[in-house]
Parts: sequence; structure tokens; C-alpha cells
Amino acid sequence: MSGAAISFSGQLINLFASVILLLAFAMLAQRRVMPLINLFALQGATLFLSTVVVAVSTGQHHLYWSAGLTLVLKVIALPLILHRLVRRLYVKWEVESLINIPTIMLVGIGLVIIAFNVALPISQLSDTITRGTLGIALATVMLAFLMMITRTKAIPQVVGFLSMENGLFLAATSATYGMPMVVELGIALDVLVGAIILGVFFFQIRDQFDSLDIRHMERLKDL
Amino acid sequence: MDMDFFVLMLAIPLISGLLLTVVGERAWAPNLNIIASLGTFLSSALLTVGIIANGPRFAFGELFFIDSLNVLFVTVTTFVGLTTSIFSGPYMKNEQEHGRLTVPRLRLYKSMFQLFMFTMLVALTTNNMGVLWVAMEAATLTTVLLVSLYRTPASLEAAWKYFILCGVGLAQALFGTILLYFAAERVLGETGNALLWTHLIDVKGQLEPTIMALSFIFLLLGYGTKVGLAPLHNWLPDAHAEGPTPVSAVLSGLLLNVALYAILRCKALADGAIHGGFAGNLMMGFGLFTLVVAAFFLSRQKDVKRMFAYSSIEHMGLITFAFGMGGPVANFAGLLHMTMHSLTKSAIFFAVGHATQKTGTQLMEHIRGLMRINPLIGWALMLGTLAILGMPPFGVFAAEFMILTHAMKHHPWATPILLTALGVAFAAIFGKVQPMVFGETEAKPLPHAPAITPVFLHLALVLMIGLYIPPYLTRWFNEAARMLG
Repeated sequence: MSGAAISFSGQLINLFASVILLLAFAMLAQRRVMPLINLFALQGATLFLSTVVVAVSTGQHHLYWSAGLTLVLKVIALPLILHRLVRRLYVKWEVESLINIPTIMLVGIGLVIIAFNVALPISQLSDTITRGTLGIALATVMLAFLMMITRTKAIPQVVGFLSMENGLFLAATSATYGMPMVVELGIALDVLVGAIILGVFFFQIRDQFDSLDIRHMERLKDL
Repeated sequence: MDMDFFVLMLAIPLISGLLLTVVGERAWAPNLNIIASLGTFLSSALLTVGIIANGPRFAFGELFFIDSLNVLFVTVTTFVGLTTSIFSGPYMKNEQEHGRLTVPRLRLYKSMFQLFMFTMLVALTTNNMGVLWVAMEAATLTTVLLVSLYRTPASLEAAWKYFILCGVGLAQALFGTILLYFAAERVLGETGNALLWTHLIDVKGQLEPTIMALSFIFLLLGYGTKVGLAPLHNWLPDAHAEGPTPVSAVLSGLLLNVALYAILRCKALADGAIHGGFAGNLMMGFGLFTLVVAAFFLSRQKDVKRMFAYSSIEHMGLITFAFGMGGPVANFAGLLHMTMHSLTKSAIFFAVGHATQKTGTQLMEHIRGLMRINPLIGWALMLGTLAILGMPPFGVFAAEFMILTHAMKHHPWATPILLTALGVAFAAIFGKVQPMVFGETEAKPLPHAPAITPVFLHLALVLMIGLYIPPYLTRWFNEAARMLG
């Protein structure tokens, strides 16, 4: 493969990675639940594209499989499940009220800087064409974490949780061209089962609290 | 021959778990639960005998690896699983009569219990660090619905907290595993072998120290969340207090051990790659901090199951500290303490379960006069408490004594902290258990007589090991401690 081709696919991968990070910020700022799920699906789609580009440019066959897994699970299955849940739970128009978006954005930028610094020594040791995206992957994980902390509704918290999975997946592709197949299949199975269990769980929570606002759930304390 | 026992040990809980989901609640379902647990225990015992006699071996190619270390965890897991299933028979029937549980939920309980055993056994025996992560996550998923079994607001809150906190924790562990794979791939190449522990341990000296240090931090934080290391322990008291008591017993006695086992396997790799005891020091620090935090939270507890959950955190801190010190003696003490803690703590939860059923409350100030209601339960709780507080002649004392003397010799600065925390814990727990056991009461007898045998079986084992450790066990524990380096 010529040097120009590598640099082109490398640029494409970097572009997709930055789109993923941008989407992570967009999710952080999105107050409504339906657009949030769509953003999550979009992030999954970008992840799928970036994995395909890595697979094509490196010739790693098992990456096609993991790209397929991403497509099926994160672009189709999970958003569908979440959409159904939102409709069945009648929380379609729910809006988060208690978040101060500018402050959260600033904290998010700080987290990105930290993530890049943590990832720097590792990317220097890596020789994959994707090494530059490791910092972005870690930043996506941290932004998803921040989203989980700042949200008070159950579904956005779960979307944050799944978005963290996206970041971890990106990290696996960028540092090592993906994990061994048996592990990736296992992780996919866990995510799917987890989503189904959470679905059951949402109904239990709503029946008990008449809402999916987890601020109702602050009774268990030690003081 | 041993391999067949291994397959049986994994197959029985998996198949019976699925079977219990399908067949529904029949009269024989509790018996099937016990028989399956008995089968799992027997096959694991025969597997153990074979491993100790013939040394470590692989199964299913190199996917599973069983040595004297994980076989110890496996035996404890299947044994406590068996006694818990015996205990839960009458306990769950009583809960049903009290109207706290319905028939479909009992079915959910039994099938999830067996699947939980399956995921733990996979986590303990797998050779692949990635599969270990997958099994740990699966163990969380199977227990979430068990914690929320009562569907009360408090139990839902506890289960939600458990899911989210452990999910986030395990996400850190997955990142650590990715970094581990990255470090390994540079040495072992792009084969599927780069996450196999037996391959990693052979090349541990060549793994890049910077990456391994970062990887170990993430793995320790991730799996440490599940062990209940402070300050990541918040899910633990809630999940223990709000779930059904058999679930508290297996969470405390087994799941925490499995997470600790994951950390120990990672530490063995990190120790080889990073010099200067980085991993050990980190574990000692976390362990001590956890011990102190838990000891001081103990005295504020009003709920009896919550209090013993904090006691589990405290002991996990001490065990993590012991493994952090490293070396044959401390590792031996850590393994011994872990085994003793599992047996004692599950026995205490069994006794507490019956006590709360009889008095109808988990609040300690309303539980009084257990000795009058049922002397066996009263004695079980008293003896169990004395054992867990490290009173001689119980086995916990032997383990704590070894940890303390080892710490005095090699890390004298830690001794006053250890002694203070243990003293505070003693005062807090003993002061609260004593009036619960003695005192006056007017509680009524239960419709189903409690299964008291498991409690005394556990306590008898703990007592026996406190007085006399058979040479067979000593050899086994020594061998396991050597595996840890």
C-alpha cells in the first residue's frame, strides 16, 4: 500500500474519531430523550464506519466482524429497544431540567485535555495507524461518565452507559485493532442482555415510583 | 477424568439454571436447586482432588486453566453455593407465606441463582483475561434482578445503584484489559493468545512497564469496585441490605472473592512487569483505607444486614492489604482469611436471615431476645459474630494474627492503623449484637422451621481450621500462595 493511501485512510479514521467526540459533546448537551437516543445511534454508526475503514486499510479480517457487531447492536438493536421503551413508558417528551450546560461543557473540555495527556505515553508506544485516536477514545469514555453523573433521569443515564461502551470499543480498535473475537462476542452479549434487563428494570422503577426520575431514589443513606 | 468433572461443574449450574426458568414453580423446584448445587459441589470437589494430586491443567484448548489457586476459590464458591441453596429452601417459603414474594419471583430467584453460580465459576476458571471480564459483567447482570427481587422502592434503588456503579467500575476494568492486551500484543504478536493468562505470565518481564502500570490502575479500580474497596464501595451495603438474605450471603461470601481473584491474577502480571512493588503498594493503600472507612461506618449502622455488609467491606480491605504485602506468608494468610470470611459471613447472614424473619424487621433496635425465640439461632449469631470479629479459637483469628504479625515485621507503620480499625469494628459490632441475642421478646414461631445445619456446618469448619489446619490444606494453601508470587 502506498504512503498516500495510508495517510488518506489515517485521515479518514481521525475524522471519524473526532465526529465521535463531537457527538459525545452533543449528547452531553442534549436535554430531550428522543434526540439523545438518535445521537447515540449516530455515534454507533460513526464507530461502525471508522471500524470498517480500519479493517479495509489494515486487512484485519476479524475487524469486519466487530464492525458488523457494532452495526447490528449499537446502530440497530439498542436504539430500537430504547425507542420502544421510551414509547411504552410514555417519557417521550421528558426534558431534563436541572443541568447547567455551559458549565458541563467546560468540565467536558477539561476532561478531554486530561484524557489526551493520559493517552499520550501509550499512543507513542503504539504503531497502529489508529494510535492518534486513543486519546479521543478515552475522552469519549470520560464524557459519557460525566453525562451519567449529571443526569437525573434513568434513560439518559443508560444512554451514557452505552456511550461509554462506544468509547471503550474505539479504544480497543485504536490501540490494538480490536480484542480477540471471543471477547468481543462476550462483550456484545453482555451489553445486549444488560439492555434487556434494564428494560425490565425501568418498568419496575416506574411502577414503584411513578416516574423514571432517579432523584426519588435517594433514601438509602448512611447518615 | 478430571476434565469430565470440570465440564460437569460448569454444565450443571448452566443447565439447571435454564431448566428452572423453563419448568416454572413446581413443588420439586427447590429440591432441584439443592440437587444441582450438590452436584456442582461434588464435581468441583473431585476436580480439586485431581488438581492437587496431578498439578494444573487446561480445558477446552487453552480457554480454561485450573491450578491450585483458582481451585481453592472454586471449592469455596460451590460449597457456599450448596449451603445457601439448602438455607434458602425454608427461608424463601417463609418469605412467600409472609407475602413478600410471589411464585414467579421464586422461579426467577432459583434460575438466576444457578446462572450466577455458572458465571462465577467461568470467571474463576477462565484463562482468558477478556472472558474473565465478560463473566464478571455477566455475574453483575444475573444479580441485579436478585437484589431487586422484593420490588420495594428501597430494593429497586439498591439494584439501580448496584447496576450503574458496578457497570461504570467494570467499564474501567475493560479499559484496563484493553491496555493489557495492547502491552501483550507487542510481545506475543497479533494472535488470540495475547490475553491468555498462562502466556502472559511467561512473558511478564517483557511487558512495557508504563502501559502495565496504567492498565493495573484501571483494573484495580474496576474490579475493586466489585470487591467493595473504598471509596468505590457505595453500592455494597445497599445491595446487601435490600436483597433477599440468601443473595446477601452469596454476594458477600462469593462475589467479592471472585472480584478479588481477578485483581490477584492481574497483580501477578503487574508484579512481573513493574519493579519496586508498585501493584502491591497500591493494594496496601486501598486495603488500609477501606478497612478504616468501613470500621468507622460500622458504628453508625441501624440495619443489621447493612452492618454486616460494612463488616464485609472491612474484611475485604484487610484481605486486599494482606495480598498487597505479598510473599508466601502474607498470601497464605490472605487466602486463609478469604476462605474463613466466606464461611463465617455466609453463616452470619443465614442466622441474621432467620432472625429478621422471626422478628419481622431488619432494624437492630427492634431485634431482641433471639436466645429466647430460638436458642440455636441466638447461638449461631453470637458465635458467628465472635468468629468474624477475630476471636480465638476461630479460623479468622488465625488468619488475622498472621496478617498482623507479618505487617509488624515488614510494614510496622501499618500496625497501629490495623489494630485501631479492628478494635473499633469489634466495639461497634459486639455492642450491637449482644442485646439482639439476649434480652426480652414476644416474637412468634415461623411456619417453616429454619434450616440451621448450614450455619453450624460453616462455624464448625471455621472452628476446626482455627484449632487445627490439616497438613493437606496447608500444602494446598501454600501451593496456591506460591502461584501468586
